[in-house]
Amino acid sequence: MSPTPASTPASAARDGKRNVYFFATCVIDMFAPEAGFDAIDVLERSGVQVHFPVRQTCCGQPAYTTGFPEEAAKVAAAQLDLFPEPWPIVVPSGSCGGMLKHHWPKLFANDPVKLAKAEAISARTIEFTDYLLNVADLKLDSASRRPLRVALHTACSARREMGTLECGRELLSRLPGVELVEHAHESECCGFGGTFSVKHPEISAAMTSDKLDAIRATDCDAMVSADCGCLLSLNLMLKKRRDLMRGQHIASLIRERLDGGEAQ
Amino acid sequence: MSGAMAIKLADFQANARAALKDPKLRDSFTGAMDFLIDRRASQFPDLEAFERLRKVGEAVRQQALSKLPELLEQLENKLTSLGVQVHWAETAADANRIFLDLARRHDASLMVKGKSMVSEEIELNHEMAAQGIECVETDMGEYILQLDGDRPSHIIMPAIHKTKQDVAEIFHEHIKGAPLTDDVNELIAIGRRALRDKFSAARIGVSGVNFMVAETGSLVLVENEGNGRLCTSVPDVHIAITGIEKVIEKLEHVAPLFALLTRSATGQAITTYLNVITGPRRAGEKDGPREMHLILLDNGRTQAYREERFRATLQCIRCGACMNHCPVYTRVGGLSYGTTYPGPIGAIISPHLQNLKETRHLPTASSLCGACGEVCPVGIPIPDMLMRLREAGRHSVAQSATPPQQALRGQGEVRQLAEALAWKAWRLLYSHPALYRLLVWFAARLNWLTPPWQGGWTQARAPLKPASKSLRDLLAERQRKQN
Repeated sequence: MSPTPASTPASAARDGKRNVYFFATCVIDMFAPEAGFDAIDVLERSGVQVHFPVRQTCCGQPAYTTGFPEEAAKVAAAQLDLFPEPWPIVVPSGSCGGMLKHHWPKLFANDPVKLAKAEAISARTIEFTDYLLNVADLKLDSASRRPLRVALHTACSARREMGTLECGRELLSRLPGVELVEHAHESECCGFGGTFSVKHPEISAAMTSDKLDAIRATDCDAMVSADCGCLLSLNLMLKKRRDLMRGQHIASLIRERLDGGEAQ
Repeated sequence: MSGAMAIKLADFQANARAALKDPKLRDSFTGAMDFLIDRRASQFPDLEAFERLRKVGEAVRQQALSKLPELLEQLENKLTSLGVQVHWAETAADANRIFLDLARRHDASLMVKGKSMVSEEIELNHEMAAQGIECVETDMGEYILQLDGDRPSHIIMPAIHKTKQDVAEIFHEHIKGAPLTDDVNELIAIGRRALRDKFSAARIGVSGVNFMVAETGSLVLVENEGNGRLCTSVPDVHIAITGIEKVIEKLEHVAPLFALLTRSATGQAITTYLNVITGPRRAGEKDGPREMHLILLDNGRTQAYREERFRATLQCIRCGACMNHCPVYTRVGGLSYGTTYPGPIGAIISPHLQNLKETRHLPTASSLCGACGEVCPVGIPIPDMLMRLREAGRHSVAQSATPPQQALRGQGEVRQLAEALAWKAWRLLYSHPALYRLLVWFAARLNWLTPPWQGGWTQARAPLKPASKSLRDLLAERQRKQN
């Protein structure tokens, strides 16, 4: 069984289609699959052939940031050969994308063979909103025009490591009917921080709580982010608060708006 | 061990929990930090200009550190030729001994001190008091804290955790004849009057140093209140104390660092005072100290210097921007850290000044959001440093993939078997795609077994529960439909 799309790489190339690898991230695979599914769907609608290497697991960030880089390196090493074609590797998460792009090469500083592979992967890694906006150039004019006030939470690594803050904003601005509402302390972290949320749960919760209060204070209709780590933390606190709002991946919002648009 | 030291080693996690429950503290910190963030932003309207200036500052500091031993030698020679006595202190105790010797030699029972975090580091006030010598803080914020027996919670705004009502009560209680008032101007006037008498009575003035210039032997002191100038010019003897890392090569290097420091710290284009002190009073001069000393403190700094990957820690110019922008510091306040230097810079310098084990909660008390590194005026990659310290605490030299030349103090002592094993298990699952797929398959199908209690996570959040179909399940389903 291979969930890789039906067309083979060769036939896709013949069709003149653009090809990308999709690195879904383990968070999406296990906890937020709809985000990955929608991201693949949106990429395909922009005319891209999406390839999902089934042997992918995790970028290794949890171990890496907790102080176990040697364990992260082993997990990364097992995935260095999953992206043989020279296609972009699209990651629907700024922080996991940042791990591939900026930290995988550091893991193999003392191993020239693996380093070369990691560097090749790093060079081709691109965050989902960045790809959608700047490479795929997905047309959104025909999407739903229903008015919607949207709060955008940009993950810290997307903002500071991948530099994709403006990509999310720009995509939202291209969606007809969608109004981006700013929340207070927008640039501040949502408090997730991977194992930080387990090692310092009270501090993490205080940050997440403040982030939700700020977003709630905008009276927005929806909350989106391009990172499912942040969304897990935010959504599960919303659930605990018995607040019915749920944040969604920006890909899911785009897909919904396209489905509800004139083209359908 | 002194009482003050006991406070220093208190448990960060317990302190932080208590601080989070204090709405007054959180409000005052959030408000103050927002104010400082805005002030700083107004001083750097052009991000590219900031980047250019930061590159210069970073280069100046890196270059100085790259030849630290040579520059310190040059500095000592220059200072000696200017008539300044240079003392080297390896530990806090060494530094205090030097202070005590000098005080005894001058028969001084009173010292006035300008703001100096290094003097906090060695607990100077406390140590001198134990020997019957009064060391009075003259920075208004520090003075308030000293009267109240409290500690600084911010390196630039030490009394930021105090409200004006707090100050009113402290002054009323501790300064003879002070009326109870919360009028800020009146409070400042009360403090100033009380301090004037100390300035004229003290035989020794103590100061910190912002930059030491190797080429000229100048000690540069940046301040706003003028107390630094009084401390370094009125008393007969001036003793400056600072860390060995504060040396820079040339006088011209002060300009970019000063511009970065004041803008980053308080959002000022320039401070009220910039003191450039080059030697004691010369023949024919009417003021200035007759005798001048510089104490250069190591206290663990050479450990950070020795290791290339930790050396950037010493680039710091102590502006405090990292703490102003830190979402953790803003919520728990500076005192929770229990260290001389709080916030992100504290989390990366304290393990070297103390040791990794004592300070084990500090490197992990960060979501690695990167705000600190983003604003650092000298480009210290603080999040990277935090991760390296996490690694060093959990790996002995033998276990480490990136072993230091010598073990850091406390190297490997934070390692817990359960945590190390958990990551090994994680690695086993995630580096074998077949096992990982099995894990995901079971997680989705057995998600109803998700425990309702998941440690700290479920204190404020619903349990983390796998979706009933994983992404690979969904993709497989879609493919079956397409075929």
